[in-house]
Parts: sequence; structure tokens; C-alpha cells
Amino acid sequence: MRKYSVFAIAREAMRGHRGWPEQWASPEPKKHYDVIIVGAGGHGLGTAYYLAREHGITNIAVLEKGWLGGGNTGRNTTIIRSNYLYDESAGIYDHAVKLWDGLSQDLNYNVMYSPRGVMMLAHNVHDVQVFKRHIHANRLNGVDNEWLTPEEAKAYCPPLNISPDARYPVMGAALQRRGGTARHDAVAWGYARAASARGVDIIQNCEVIGINRGPDGAVTGVETTRGTIGAAKIGIVAAGHSSVLMQMAGVQVPLESYPLQALVSEPVKPVFPCVVMSNTVHAYISQSDKGELVIGAGTDQYTSYSQTGGLHIIQHTLDAIVEMFPMFTRMKMLRSWGGIVDVTPDRSPIMAKTPVKGLYVNCGWGTGGFKATPGSAHVFAHTIARDEPHRINAPFTLERFRSGRLIDEAAAAAVAH
Amino acid sequence: MLLIHCPYCQEDRPELEFRHAGEAHIARPADMAALSDEDFERFFFIRSNPKGVVFERWRHMHGCARFFNAARDTVSDRFLKTYKAGEPKPDLGGEGR
Amino acid sequence: MQQPFRLADVGRLGAAAPVNFTFDGKPFTGLTGDTLASALLANGVHLVGRSFKYHRPRGIVSAGAEEPNALVGIHRDAARKTPNVRATVQEVHAGLEAVSQNRWPSLAFDVGALNDAASPFFSAGFYYKTFMWPKAAWERLYEPFIRRAAGLGVAPDQPDPDVYANRFAHCDVLVIGAGAAGLAAALAAADTGARVILADEQAETGGALRFETGAAIDGRPGWDWAKAVTADLAARDNVRLLTRTTGFGYYAQNIVGLVERLTDHLAKPAPEQPRERLWQVRAKRVVLATGAIERHMVFAGNDRPGIMLASAARTYLNHFGVAVGRNVAVYTADDSAWLAALDLKRAGVGIAAIVDARSEIRGAHVEEARRLGIECLEGHAVTATAGRLRVSSIQVRPLAGGAGRVIPCDALITSSGWTPAVHLFSQSRGKLAFEAETQRFLPGTSAQDVDCVGACGGSIDLAQTIEQALEAGTRADGAQGRRATIVKDVRGEVWSGGMLGTAETGTGVKAFVDFQNDVTAKDIRQAVREGMRSIEHVKRFTTTGMATDQGKTSNMHGLAIAAEMLGKPIPEVGLTTFRAPYTPVTFGALAGHSRGALFEPVRRTPIHSWAQEKGAAFEDVGQWKRAWYFPEAGEDMHAAVARECRTVRESAGIFDASTLGKIEVVGPDAARFMELMYTNPWAKLGVGRCRYGVMLREDGFIYDDGVVGRIAEDRFHVTTTTGGAPRVLNHMEDYLQTEFPDLRVFLTSTSEQWAVIAVQGPRSRDIIAPLVDGIDLSDAAMPHMSVREGTVCGVPARLFRMSFTGERGFEINVPADYGRTVWEAVWAEGEKRGACAYGTETMHVLRAEKGFIIVGQETDGTVTPQDAGLIWAIGKNKADFVGMRGLRRADLVAPGRKQLVGLRTKDPNTVLDEGAQIVADPHQAVPMTMLGHVTSSYWSENCGHSIALALVAGGHDRMGETLYVPMPGGAIAVEVASTVFFDEKGERANG
Repeated sequence: MRKYSVFAIAREAMRGHRGWPEQWASPEPKKHYDVIIVGAGGHGLGTAYYLAREHGITNIAVLEKGWLGGGNTGRNTTIIRSNYLYDESAGIYDHAVKLWDGLSQDLNYNVMYSPRGVMMLAHNVHDVQVFKRHIHANRLNGVDNEWLTPEEAKAYCPPLNISPDARYPVMGAALQRRGGTARHDAVAWGYARAASARGVDIIQNCEVIGINRGPDGAVTGVETTRGTIGAAKIGIVAAGHSSVLMQMAGVQVPLESYPLQALVSEPVKPVFPCVVMSNTVHAYISQSDKGELVIGAGTDQYTSYSQTGGLHIIQHTLDAIVEMFPMFTRMKMLRSWGGIVDVTPDRSPIMAKTPVKGLYVNCGWGTGGFKATPGSAHVFAHTIARDEPHRINAPFTLERFRSGRLIDEAAAAAVAH
Repeated sequence: MLLIHCPYCQEDRPELEFRHAGEAHIARPADMAALSDEDFERFFFIRSNPKGVVFERWRHMHGCARFFNAARDTVSDRFLKTYKAGEPKPDLGGEGR
Repeated sequence: MQQPFRLADVGRLGAAAPVNFTFDGKPFTGLTGDTLASALLANGVHLVGRSFKYHRPRGIVSAGAEEPNALVGIHRDAARKTPNVRATVQEVHAGLEAVSQNRWPSLAFDVGALNDAASPFFSAGFYYKTFMWPKAAWERLYEPFIRRAAGLGVAPDQPDPDVYANRFAHCDVLVIGAGAAGLAAALAAADTGARVILADEQAETGGALRFETGAAIDGRPGWDWAKAVTADLAARDNVRLLTRTTGFGYYAQNIVGLVERLTDHLAKPAPEQPRERLWQVRAKRVVLATGAIERHMVFAGNDRPGIMLASAARTYLNHFGVAVGRNVAVYTADDSAWLAALDLKRAGVGIAAIVDARSEIRGAHVEEARRLGIECLEGHAVTATAGRLRVSSIQVRPLAGGAGRVIPCDALITSSGWTPAVHLFSQSRGKLAFEAETQRFLPGTSAQDVDCVGACGGSIDLAQTIEQALEAGTRADGAQGRRATIVKDVRGEVWSGGMLGTAETGTGVKAFVDFQNDVTAKDIRQAVREGMRSIEHVKRFTTTGMATDQGKTSNMHGLAIAAEMLGKPIPEVGLTTFRAPYTPVTFGALAGHSRGALFEPVRRTPIHSWAQEKGAAFEDVGQWKRAWYFPEAGEDMHAAVARECRTVRESAGIFDASTLGKIEVVGPDAARFMELMYTNPWAKLGVGRCRYGVMLREDGFIYDDGVVGRIAEDRFHVTTTTGGAPRVLNHMEDYLQTEFPDLRVFLTSTSEQWAVIAVQGPRSRDIIAPLVDGIDLSDAAMPHMSVREGTVCGVPARLFRMSFTGERGFEINVPADYGRTVWEAVWAEGEKRGACAYGTETMHVLRAEKGFIIVGQETDGTVTPQDAGLIWAIGKNKADFVGMRGLRRADLVAPGRKQLVGLRTKDPNTVLDEGAQIVADPHQAVPMTMLGHVTSSYWSENCGHSIALALVAGGHDRMGETLYVPMPGGAIAVEVASTVFFDEKGERANG
């Protein structure tokens, strides 16, 4: 892997940037791999990277039915935070935040992790109680999160409307200063490049259409649109399509896939310094380095794999945005799109072994998977390599739905991820 | 915004009048007490989540307020059929895939 | 005021009135009917903006919505500043104030243009490869710098005084685009009697007929025909004609989003007039007649001001009467640019040369050009241009090789062919098909009831276009073969040819593909070289097609260059997804009226106005406004609540409980149904008695609670939490309709039918007694937890004897319309007896003193009845209830679950923070082992010390234990205690 640096750029500038090597190879699939990862999003590519880097497993294929990073990795609003309530959640998300901080250097790829602060607005007494519960729990877990008065919130985010005459006046906010955003494509590309450099085969336009199992029930490989590929271990990291893939192995999972839409505005000069989320008014917003306001909210109400949703969802999201930021009515929506998010009953992910030997699954991230990318990939690689979960993902089992040991952030917080 | 045919009202009405209510044809077991943990998990948590035709429940919340069932293609979001609660899964013929 | 480039007797603005406007503070004059672009061009102004990345000077490229370069800010007043407005769309009006963007200190001299000098470093994706050292510098130095450099216009900084409207509409046929095809389709559809909506983004209908001088329909010039048909359609009752209206999004089941711009073209809009209107049209059939978009040629230096699309130059000439230069060069690979050159020449504009990249050119237009003495260079390419703020010359070279030469010019018009505008078709999930011969993506298989006619469907022949359109318009009504509309004598121009990608570019040159985002052909090649093999990767890596124009003029070039590099046919490289909106739509139009008070409805109780008059403070609970406390003169919240709490227990208090959810459960099987829905037993509850009910979800966690009164054998009056009312009813209906349909039960929401006045305290009976008729209020006749029907103040009422304070208490339910009257009567009686009005805060404190939970505060969706100390509320001998099975799961019966307890601070004056966490060892290292959290915490005036409720792991077995609440200022010691702090024996409620 040729190192990226300002000097490399200067050198290339002299010859018209004709000397850059491919960021990742595009090989033909081999007959057999030690590990196949299904899904070349950030979580899947990251898993391959950490398998290679930390566990010495390099005979890996990452199979992708479309183009790498083209699923939810390339469609999300890139919010990063770890101020979750439960120890289990704080564990995984804060593990991720620690990896985000240094990921650019680790991958030698600028993923533009930008800890500009994530501010969650409280609009009623119940919100205040819930956010304070988070803040206290986070403090004792070593996760940064602090309470701001409405005036402090306004000082941190000047466009914010804190008028007491608002429909739902701002009563305060929880601020995680190390929360922020990152450049989603760069995360996929950075992991792809680093994994490819360590010998991982990234195979795009290769859809998995079956999972093969041997007489003992263990996985033996996959059927794909590019032929049969053998593997001793298979990790499913396919977000909205996880149910479909798990069913190929005969495993039913507690997932439903919903459309989640997001949008950006036209680019404008810096006007919005941080990330703001409001559950009561129901929207979230930040401004990208390019200048676009990046906006999202809740899912459509019905399950779907269509990657589109209704205009009324976008409308309601923008209702909320202009309620909080009344100067933005003259801003224009430039582009809107949809992703498919896989949602578990307790809104927490599954990162676990499965009843099928050699089959592992990392799914159920719902609307909040991007922020966990490095942490999720790191512990999932551990789970595959050692055939046992890492301490951090041990609670995120498939079995918890049977025992009732849920990690119910949604119920506890009533906050969108 | 979807356009949904309410089998009770016999009208096509906009999605705003309806509330999605999860997968259909998952009956509450008659003898709940005897249910194993595994069966309870299957009843309450496991969902088929198909890419293709899903049988699902809707409620005509701001209309007749009735729950009813629908067969919908989750790839195109097209409704193949809506039918009253309690009716069996319809035969969708070639459309059911 | 001169308009030096406005030609006399050319165009259609004719004797239009002059209008004065400013650009960057400089006054100009245009004509009514001008766009800002045409008016600036009339004044010889081409330089209007700076590009995103290199800050290169940029001019006007197009004459329509596809414009990539000419973005300006429009300032109507201090609060009405709109960034990134396309000058080619904005109409001029008197006093229009436009400013250029992304430049400092001025448009002509922009410091940011240094980026252009450093551009060899700023190759595609350079930022992924650097700015990583030292690590901290990204956050502090590099990123802030990048952010300041990026962005285009300046966002408004004041609330927008304008309003935006919103309409739904239904029709048989929705036609998008009112060029020749759209007009013909609308006419045919209207003739069948169908309800038709015809929308066009321009100020006037006509589409390409604006400039296409060679078109004639029904024996008339195309434009005249368009005007006649438009007038005809506008006069019909079954047609709605919307101009300045863009179809921007095509959604499921033929619903199309349109945005109509109502005031941006007006000098003085009426104050109440909405600025824009969002239409959501559900159409039986949609006819897309969205035309085609001309592409520029990709060559070195193709971005200088003065270089524009041939069709744009032709529009400015033939419609606006504006010459884009005096000596115009042409560079094309398509016939239509020749027609533009001929029109210009005939209008007296000099044509420097026509350069055509095609090696063989022939046809009437070529002959005509030669006849007019224009130099025609076939098989040639433009290889460079010169001119700092405006093109001054081009360098031309034979593609086969040979010496180049320089041709002076003051404008260059280019065309590389036309891209069908299939955006909406693709959004409708129709499949596109690539036509290799013409290198175009055309509409293929439809997914909805839609037709594409005219240029967007691939037609390059006007007669064919009209024929298609008439058919589609007729088909739209489902009435095949009933075509009534006849259009004769269609003559049009034929535009053949076109190319994608580059004809010839040297190394190290900037041949722009995407003008706004400064993406060059070289950038796209570099992306492919770096392994970006999918067009989506190329797009994201180079940002081509991601600017405010979404690549309308550039995407096909980018795709072709990538395909060439990859050595693959275009369809194998793929096409980026067409996403809504077609052109940017304001947030205001999408939000519409849903702002302020209309953002979400405000729910107020019948007694709200009384509380307001008394100066109550209110809190938001769901959509409700609830009286929070009633401060008297000089009181803060703490003092008011302390007084209210004291008064209730000493005398009495009156509380508006109207927001509680109420459901009437009626029918022969009502008791059986209640048995299933709540954990409690109901069968034996006597008529006239009440019981506190707990509702679970199937998984065993507490869902809701409330007091239920049995009004009759077959009738229960159920109350729910304020926020829970709709979901509890939905939950009940779900089970009743789908799981227990055989039960004969009816459910009716009565939340808004009853006003509820709680009278609590030792004197409560004395207060209500004078007002109640027909009910014996004695303890013997009406004990605690009973309900009676009678009248209060002569109004039929349900009177509950119940208590959420632990005091003797009543809740008077009267029809909502009598709520305030009855309240006032109760208040008058109360005042005589020293009672106060109290709000939700006092209600919370008083119930906490008694250890009563609030669902949503003590519970959070993970709490079982056992956890909450409500095991007594579970019927012991019940065969089934919702949640029974879930409750038995391993983790729900495991030891160590968090259980509800009371907490007493060692210092009685310390009030804990709600949400604070509890630990056993406050000295442990972070991360600490947390045992639970404080759910409720108050100063209790009645106890004389603080009180708190908490969920603590194994809490029921920790009575008397000392635990700690670590706060930033130090840990607070607390003792685990009973949840009941006041009147532990519970005697007061019974009198």
C-alpha cells in the first residue's frame, strides 16, 4: 500500500496524478477462503481489516452484491456519539468513539472524523429526566455528556430557536463534545484499501444467493452470482438484508427492515457548527464540510426493501427542522434518498455467533449503525477469529430475546439513535 | 405516500389514514401459559421480514378504525391485495412469487 | 440605461416595460419578462459567479433549470435572503437585488482563486490523502479552513416572514412539461373530458418552442401554436394549468410532488400571499413531457464566462432578443448548434467559426452556413481558450492532427447533443434502457401508469412527438381510439448527432465535466485509475453530479469518460440513481403551514383558560398543556409547590385531571376482556367499585396503569395515563378485533368527553357536598375506591372516590362542555374552606410521598410489576392475561433485578437529581458499577425532608442499606427505605 501524505500528493501533482495505484484490488473470487464476510459496508470491510490486522487471518473475501460502501454506509447522516444509557451500549459505542479518534492515522486515510459535538434537545420535563439519567450514567461510565441550559445550548449552536413561544420550547440539552460526524464514503474506502493491502479480496457485484452447509450442519461456503465459494466461517454483515441472508442458512432472526430517508440541502457557507438531535420535535441536523445541511428523522412505518419512502416523511422532518431553526425555510432540499435499516425489538444490535456452526451475524443496527462502525468491526472480527464474543459484544446475543435480557435503549430513553 | 384499499370501507385512501401494525397471521397461542420460551420468542420477536410478498396488518386508524390484512411486495411497495382480519392468506396466484 | 446586447426587432419581449435591478450593487435595466440571466446578458454581463473549489470565474451556461454556474443570492430584504438562486430561472422585477457568491473581496478579484493556481494539488479526493498530520490539526486547523472555503451562498440568518402553502389534488391525467409534447398531450386528454393538470417550470408554456424557429404546427409557427393551445386549455373547466411549477418528485402509486413559485417574480407581493405552494397530485395517469437537456462540450478551458450552451444562446436571441456576443464561435458535435449559429447570423451577430468534432458533416444547415459565409471546420476540436473574465479566443486544431490556430471571439456556444430528462421516469422506478446507437438512456419498462412523450421519451422529431403525445393524452383516460384531437402539418427541426465525453484533451488541462463542483475529465480518469469502477464510486470520489444542478448537463459525460477508461460499455458501468428533487425545493414549501402553533396541535383542557387567568405556569405533556403550578405573588416554583402540597394535606386542593385518558369498555363480555387486558382480577369487582389496574405488553413489562371503575355489570370506566391514551386504546382494539373477536365488547375513547376535577384533602367531601345531588357521600355509602353516578351542579356526573395523594379524595367527571362551570363552582366552595388549586408538580410530589408510581417515570418499558412493587396487582388465579407468559421468562424472574425503593438522603435537605445513578462504593474507579437510578426526587414540605424513589438492583432486599449517589461535587449518602414516606398505614384516604 503506497502511503498517502502531503508529499505523495506533491509528487503526484508533478505528473498529473497519473501514478496513484488502485485503492483496492478487484480480484476474481478464489475457490475457498478461511472467512467470507457478506456485505462490503463499513462494518463488513472493517471486520475483514481487523481480522487481518489483529488476528492474522488474511485469506478473506468480502462479498458485495453492489458496490462497496453503497448500502447504509453511504446513505446515512454520519452521526457519531456514544452517550447511550446502558453499560452494554456505552461499552460498544464508546469503544467505537475511541477507535474513531485515530482511525485516519490507523488507516492512512482521512475519514474526517469531526468531533464537533452532538447536542440532544430536551423539550419537556420527561426529556429532562431522561437526558439527566443518561448524563449521570455516562459520567460514571467515563463517557462525556453534559447538561446545557437553553442559553448555553444557543451559545453552542447559534441558529437554535430557544424562544419560550416555540411549540415545544427548549428546556435544555445534553451535549457530548466528542460526538460528531465523519465522512461516510471515506470510512468504507479507507477500510477497503487497508484490508486489500493486507491481502483481503474485495469482490463487488457478487450477490450471495445461498449458504451451503455440510452434513454436520456447519457452513461450507456460499453460492453467489459468480459461482460457489467455499469458506470455513461466514460473517453476515448485510444490514437491511440480514434477514434474507440468515434465512438462507435456515436461521430466523428478530429483525424487520424499514425505509429510512435522509436529505441534504444545497451547500452554504458555515452556519451550523454541531450536530443537533431532537426526539420530541423529531429530526436531526448537521452541516457537512462541503456546506450541505444533512438532515434525517424517523423511518417510514412499513417494512420495505425499496430504498424509497414517502414524501410526507420528508415533510414532517422538515417541519421539525424549521420549527427549531426558523431561518432555514428559504434553504432548499437538494437531494433525498432512502436506505433499508434492520431493526431489532430492543433497538440494540446483534453481534454474535448463531446456532449454525461457522456462521456469525452482525446486524440490527437500526438507524444508528454508522457511529459504531470501527467498534463493531473490531469486536466482530474477534468473535469470528476466536469463535467467541469479545467482552464488549458478549451481551449482544441472539438468545437475549428468549431469556428477556434485552438492552432496550429505545424503551429506556425514548430517543432515536 | 401509499394508497391503501380498506377492505371494510371499500375505498382507496392515503397512507396518512392508516397505521401499520406488523406482520399478519401470527395468532396469539390459545394456551399462552403452556408456551415454551422458544415458542414465546418465535411468537413475539421473530418476524419473517421477507424481501418480496409480506402479509401484514394495517389499521384504518383515521377511518373505520378496523384492523385488516394486506399482501404487499416489499420491493416495489405495491399492494397485491387487502383483506379482512380473520380471513385466510389469499392465494395470490402468479403474483405471490 | 443602455442594454447594448438587446437587439431591436428580435425576440418576444418587444415593447415590454423596462425594469431596474441591481447586481452586486450596480444598477442595471432589463425588460419585463427577462430572467436575471437574460437581463445581465443584455447588458453584456457574462461573469456572474465563482466555482466551488477553484473559485474560477464563471458565466451563464444555460437558459433554464439545468444551470450549473450562474448561482446568485437574491435579497428581497434583511429577512428574505435566498442563496444559490439560478439566474436563469429568477425573473427580474423592479428593485430585484442580486449578489454574486463564493468570492472575496469581489467577483472580479477573488482571493480564493489562489486555489486555482494550486489546483495541481487539489486533485479528486486529495483530502482523503492528507490533512492527517499532526492529528490534532484536523480538528483545529484543516477542517475549519476547508469549511470556510466550501459552501456557496450564505444561509439566511433571520426567521423567514414568508408563508408557504400546501395542497393535495387528484386528477385523471397529470402532464409534466408544457412544451409541444405536453401541450398536445394535455389537449388530447382534455378533449376526452378527463380532469387534467398541466404543469411547467417556466413562467410561460412553450418549452423548446421558445427558441426552435424551424417548428410549425397547424400551419402556424410553433410558438404561436403553443400560445393558442395554452389559451384554449386555460379556458377549460377540466384543466388546471400551473406555470412556474416544477414536478420535482415521483413517488409510489402515482403521487407526484410539484412546487409552484408564486411571488419570487413579483416586485411587491401581497403580504398574505404565500411564496410557494407544494402540490401533491395523485394522478390516474401521468404523462411526462419533460424534454431533453443539452450537454456542453468537454474541452480545455470550457468554463470561461462567455461559453454557453447553443440552445441557451438561441433562447436568449429568439425569445429575449439578446445577443450573447458580437462575434460568436460555435463548437459542436450536434446539428442543433448549427441552427443556433444560423439564427444568430441572420440576426446580424458575427459567427467566428463553426467547429464540429464530427469528421463528416452534411445537411441543409451546413449548406446554409456556408452560403452565409460562415467558416465551417469539420473534424476539428477546440483545444484551448483564452480570456480571464470572459472568453476572448479559442484555439482550434484538426482532430486528425496538424497545426492549430487561434480564432478570436467574445462568446462560444457549444453542444454535444441532448440528454433526455428521464429523471421523473426513473424516480417512478421505471427501468431505463440504453440505446447504444444514440448513446442515450431512454425510458424502458414502466413501473407505474406513466407515459413519456417527446424528447424525454427519445423522440427527435416534432411530428412524432406530437403523435406520441396525442396518443398518450387519449390513452390516459383509458379510452383507446376515441381520439378527438387533430393536429395537422407538423414541421420541426431535426437534431441529430451528439457525442459523450471528450473529443480531444491534452494532459494537464482543465476540461470541465461538472462546472459547479470543478470536476474535470482528468479527475474522472484519475478516479478510475484509483480503482473506482462503479459510477457511484466515481461520482462520490470526484463529486461529479453532486452539485446543486445534480449533473443535469454533465452526468452523461462523466459516465462516458469513466466507461472509456474502464474499457466497458456505458450500461455496464451503470448510471447513478436519479433522486428527488429534480431541482432544489425550499424547506418552506415542504413544511408548508406546519409551523409554530400548527407544527403540532396544542391540546387544552376545558379548565385551561381558568388556569391561565390565575397565572398558572404550564408544562408540555405530549400535546397537552397542563397547569404545572399556580404561583401567588412573589412565589417561585419551589414556594408555590410547597404551599400547594401543604394546603392539600391540611385542607384540600383542586386539580385539573382532564388530560387523563378515558376509555369506556362496554358489553356483555366487558369483564372478560378486562381480565385479559389487565393483570388484575375484574370479574368480582362489584358495580360501583374501583380498582387500580396494571396493563402489560405481551413481554411482561408495564405498559400503562390507571383506576378503573365498574359502572355496571357490563360497563367499565377505564382511565389511562395522559400520554398513554391513544396507544392503550389501540392496544385494546388490536386484541379485541384480532385476537378476541368473539368477545362482545365495544371500546370508546371518552378522553375529551369528560372534564375531570380532582378534589383531594381532608375537606374534599365538605367542598363537593353542597354541589352533589343524588349521591350519598358518607364513608359507609361511598367508601374509598368507589364510583357513583349522579349530578354535580345539576350536571350529570360520574363521581369517583379515589386518591392519588393519599388523602380523602374525589374525582368529578362531568361532560367537558360543563368543565369550567363546574370547576368554578367547586373552586368557590373550596376557597371558602381554604383549598388551593394545584398543578402537576404538586400532584407528583404528593403521589411520591405515598410511593405511587408514574408510568414513564418510575417505569421505562423494562420494568415488571414485581420490580415496581405491584405484585399484589396480579390476579393470582387468572388463566391468562396479556403479559402473563412474558413475565415468566428467565431474565424477568432472575434475582438482582432493579426494584422500586424509596431513598432518604442522610442530609434531609439534599434533594437528589432525578436520573442520578446509585452505587454501593463511591470510591470505585470509572467505569463504576451502577445499581440503579433515581426516578423521582422532590423536596417534601409535608415530611420536612427530601424524598426520592429509585430503581435499585435487588432493592427490595436492601432496606436500611446505605448507598451513594456520586455527583460531580462528591457522593451523596442515601438510605434505602420504603417507597411510602407519608401516612404509612394509608389511613387518610379512608377519611
